[in-house]
Amino acid sequence: MDREILNILSKNSRLSNKQIAVMVDKSEQYVTEKIKEMEEKNVLLGYPALIDIEKTEVDIVTAYIEVKVTPQRDRGFDEVSERIYQFPQVISCSLMSGGYDLFVTVEGKSMKDVALFVAEKLATVDSVISTSTHFVLKKYKENGVIFNKKHKDNREAVVL
Amino acid sequence: MNVKKMIAPHVEAVPFSGIRKYFDLIYDMKGAISLGIGEPDFVTPYNIREAGIYSLEKGYTHYSANAGFIELRQEICNYMQRRFDLSYGPEKEVIVTVGGSEAIDLAIRAIVSKGDEVIIPEPSFVAYKGCTLFSGAVPVPINLKAENEFRLTREELEKVVTEKTKLLILGYPNNPTGAIMEYEDYVEIVDFLKSKDIMIISDELYAELTYSGKNHVSIANFEEMKDRTIVVNGLSKAYAMTGWRIGYACGNKYIIEQMKKIHQYAIMCAPTTAQYAAIEALKNADDEVKEMTTEYNQRRRVVVDGFRKIGFDCFEPLGAFYVFPDIRKTGLSSDQFCEDLLKEEKVLVIPGGAFGECGEGFVRATYANSMENLIEAMNRIERFVQQFK
Repeated sequence: MDREILNILSKNSRLSNKQIAVMVDKSEQYVTEKIKEMEEKNVLLGYPALIDIEKTEVDIVTAYIEVKVTPQRDRGFDEVSERIYQFPQVISCSLMSGGYDLFVTVEGKSMKDVALFVAEKLATVDSVISTSTHFVLKKYKENGVIFNKKHKDNREAVVL
Repeated sequence: MNVKKMIAPHVEAVPFSGIRKYFDLIYDMKGAISLGIGEPDFVTPYNIREAGIYSLEKGYTHYSANAGFIELRQEICNYMQRRFDLSYGPEKEVIVTVGGSEAIDLAIRAIVSKGDEVIIPEPSFVAYKGCTLFSGAVPVPINLKAENEFRLTREELEKVVTEKTKLLILGYPNNPTGAIMEYEDYVEIVDFLKSKDIMIISDELYAELTYSGKNHVSIANFEEMKDRTIVVNGLSKAYAMTGWRIGYACGNKYIIEQMKKIHQYAIMCAPTTAQYAAIEALKNADDEVKEMTTEYNQRRRVVVDGFRKIGFDCFEPLGAFYVFPDIRKTGLSSDQFCEDLLKEEKVLVIPGGAFGECGEGFVRATYANSMENLIEAMNRIERFVQQFK
């Protein structure tokens, strides 16, 4: 594993291996091999772009859903999670501590679309006890990136 | 009355910095990339900003003690001990100032008077010379050499010391060259200085920004030098806090006391909101500093690599956030280079001559900028240089 390379990629995965090699003072071959190795070990899982959907005029509705389930003997929460996260509508799924068990992010074309998915697919999964759906109205920040932030250099020209 | 004639001659005689004209040129230019500014592009880490906001919410809006809040001075002492193995007492050996610049001015004014000679190794930060002249003293430059990576040597120092020499101003890690001084570099210099009555101001604003495992060494780390050295540091560069204006000086209590006197009459105290923010910074931002330093280091490598690929000689700068490539291969003066580069490719770098005569033939490029901008700027500079090949 190479933490510095991971760090660089987590901020900008569009840099070339050659550029990264200069940044970390290693050979291009080293960077290429390291990245490949981390991909093979499932440390690096993908390079998706972070998109502000609102600006794309594509209709996508996001909802965060709290799901309570009954864990199954010997398998805990893993099996029911698998049943849930395989739906393509499910963007993320995490096991939580606290008042509910699974935190599921669902995307759909409309609120109705999402609501129907929850009612027909999610709530009907065996061992799901209850669901609570929260629709996202506006995203301010995701993956450490603030939406609608102007990247303006407001440093004044000073002599020093 | 002709007001112009009323200006003190020794003030009027000091020229404005030559850099100004470039900032005027770039002001309205769309799509320009400035590698000209000597300050971090990072915004102050949020926990530090929040501490300033909180102090305002609480209504902490009064003066502090002239030398700064004792809690801040204590944190400064902890920091100096923790990071640089330098021990000072918060009561009498530290003063909080309005940026490192004020500390430099205070120290110069407290030490020299008319006719004293002040040795300034150049290229250097532009304020040393100006402040020396304002105090009536005589600046004596040393022309440092690129082949020594702009480090100071004993021979160079010995040559310029006279009976009038009272002060030596060191600025490492260096603006504009990015040079550093290591322990071994100081040994001979310390050996020479210990038999002389010469004070030292060591401007260490960039002390956090050293690379390739080279930890910062202060001349005050030498036992024989500590008492005669005023260490100037501040939060501007390391913590990305330039606009807050918090610097400080540490040193012998008699000198600090006199500096405090000038500060008391001229400034009163550093802004209190900024002092509260500074306490938070020194207590709880070591990780943020490390993160920024790592990123500067990555950018540094990209820019040094870029200049070398273009074909310029560029020694490896191991400190600060500047590179200082030799542009003489183009046949242009550094002034012409900067002006043409700005007009043709909209990239601003600063002519080395602005930092002392021996900087001629070099330019200063700041890599405190986003990686995207740096990559684009290097591409443009490469395109610009093609015409001279």
